[in-house]
Amino acid sequence: MLKNYFKIALAVLKRRKFFTFISLFGISFTLTILMVTTALIDKVLSPAYPDYRRDRSLYISKASLLNTKEGWYNGSSVSFRFLNDYVAKMKTPEKVGIFTFSSSANAYVNNKKLVIEYKYTNAPFWEIAEFDFLEGKPYNEQQVQQAARVAVITDRTATKYFGRAEGVTGKYIELDNVNYRVSGVVKGIPRSNRNFYGEIYLPYSVSKNFNGMAGTTGVRDLSVQDRFIGKYGAVLLARSEADVPAMRAEYAQLLKKVFKPQTEYDKLYIHAESIVEGLARNIFGNNEETGIVRMFTFAALLVFLFLLLPTINLVNINITRIMERSSEIGVRKAFGASSRTLVYQFLIENIILTLLGGLIGLVLSSIAIYMFNQADILPDLNLALNLKVLVFGLLLCLVFGFLSGVYPAWRMSRMNVVYALKAK
Amino acid sequence: MIQLQNIEKVYRTDTVETLAVNGINLNVAKGEFLSIMGPSGCGKSTLLNIMGLLDEPSSGSVSIDGQDTSRFKDRQLAHFRNEKLGFIFQSYHLINDLQVLDNVELPLLYRNASSTERRRLSEEALAKVGLSNRMKHFPSQLSGGQRQRVAIARAIVGRPQIILADEPTGNLDSAMGNEIMDILMSLNEKEGTTIVMVTHDEHMAGKTHRLVRLFDGSQVQ
Repeated sequence: MLKNYFKIALAVLKRRKFFTFISLFGISFTLTILMVTTALIDKVLSPAYPDYRRDRSLYISKASLLNTKEGWYNGSSVSFRFLNDYVAKMKTPEKVGIFTFSSSANAYVNNKKLVIEYKYTNAPFWEIAEFDFLEGKPYNEQQVQQAARVAVITDRTATKYFGRAEGVTGKYIELDNVNYRVSGVVKGIPRSNRNFYGEIYLPYSVSKNFNGMAGTTGVRDLSVQDRFIGKYGAVLLARSEADVPAMRAEYAQLLKKVFKPQTEYDKLYIHAESIVEGLARNIFGNNEETGIVRMFTFAALLVFLFLLLPTINLVNINITRIMERSSEIGVRKAFGASSRTLVYQFLIENIILTLLGGLIGLVLSSIAIYMFNQADILPDLNLALNLKVLVFGLLLCLVFGFLSGVYPAWRMSRMNVVYALKAK
Repeated sequence: MIQLQNIEKVYRTDTVETLAVNGINLNVAKGEFLSIMGPSGCGKSTLLNIMGLLDEPSSGSVSIDGQDTSRFKDRQLAHFRNEKLGFIFQSYHLINDLQVLDNVELPLLYRNASSTERRRLSEEALAKVGLSNRMKHFPSQLSGGQRQRVAIARAIVGRPQIILADEPTGNLDSAMGNEIMDILMSLNEKEGTTIVMVTHDEHMAGKTHRLVRLFDGSQVQ
């Protein structure tokens, strides 16, 4: 029975090549876009090298000071003082990593200029981020306190600067006329991971305008901007996932304690939040709410609309095909097919068609992802078709096949035999 | 074998009511070869469709093999048609996307038959109509006479007790028509299959046991 359905499904597909092409193109193209997009989102959002513990981490990247009466605000990254003097001293986090977002500096190799992106970090940064050290080791707390001129570089930087990725530990790299001793080489990460990306990592204490800021106690004497706004961000690692709410609560308390509304600015926002919340707030939210509900609603709506197009297209094509096949339907009924059997046959045919489209979509996705990786559009960002995405895709195909087949099949099965046989 | 009692069939549109079949009473005996004749539009095909349970009468009852079919539901009807009836149509109604063998096999798909059993029976049926060498062809590769023989093979593959043929020779020249007629007559004689055939052709009708003439939906002979 199934074999017979399969034969007729293939025959019908072959008969109307243009319709088949349009159906398959619609299904496979939709699926390809969906799968590449989900692979990309999956890569950006799910724990990935070197940030494996996202489920128990909160991230701080932005500070905003507002004057709501006059409607102006001052916002940027966060000050080192706030992060180091307050956040790093919180009780619930196991560790707090502090870092700048990368900026660029110049190096020269054989009189050729190299632009290298550097990132300042504290020592716990290396304990939170689980970098693969190809050789050497990170700088430690003592080296940071002593403002030692040491650096961790990526394999890419090593190759660019030294011409090789190995055996460079202990050598010196000159950046904006300052020499740093390489203490270790790590495998590089994609730029899309802003919190951890850099081409060279340096202790924050060697930064030019640092000047013994660490451990400053006279915070209150500084202007309110200088107290909160700066160039840094932080990652707070809780001891366990269950500790995250407590960590949020302690952080909220801390914010209340350090900032009191004043004439110049009456509101301060520095959010400590998960990657997804951060993303949602950036696109859909504001300082008061994360916009996470809006983001998911929007995403679901988008996927739904995106799927609706090929589904409607398929329903249409299927109805046309039924009219063409009314003689076959009449014959099958005359020779003993019940309406239910016919619905079943037609659904199976449709699912075969969509699965075929899914298969093509899968091949197209693999090619697209391969090309994306080959083209090195985002260095070190290697997309992969993961199992989740695959299962999701197949499931979508089945839903597609089912939805776009049910209505036409139902109409077909209700066709009167005599009428079906006459229509030619 | 087939009992029609007071069969009426009315087609209604918004404005017109057409009486296609009017008060037909007809008994077809087991093993009989009956032909139905009449001018176009006299209700021959409608009557045949009612006998074949493809169409419902507006009133009256159809019994086949002693069973009143008026209360049958969709699945029972399908099952009954599959077991007892075989159809032959003027325009063959083969499925062009399927090979000859798959076309013949069709009625057996709706029974519990294994694929080897289905294949064996289909090959047998094709042998009976002399088309053993065309099993892997598609309908479009065959002549009209050959297509009708495939249709006959399909009608007999499930060994139904009754075959209903709606102008089986209508689209064929007389030589081919005679060939088809010979096959039907031998089925009737050798296997005892009851056959009801609608035809326009006096010569063909003359070869059957009994002739029924219709005019404007009523039986006149």
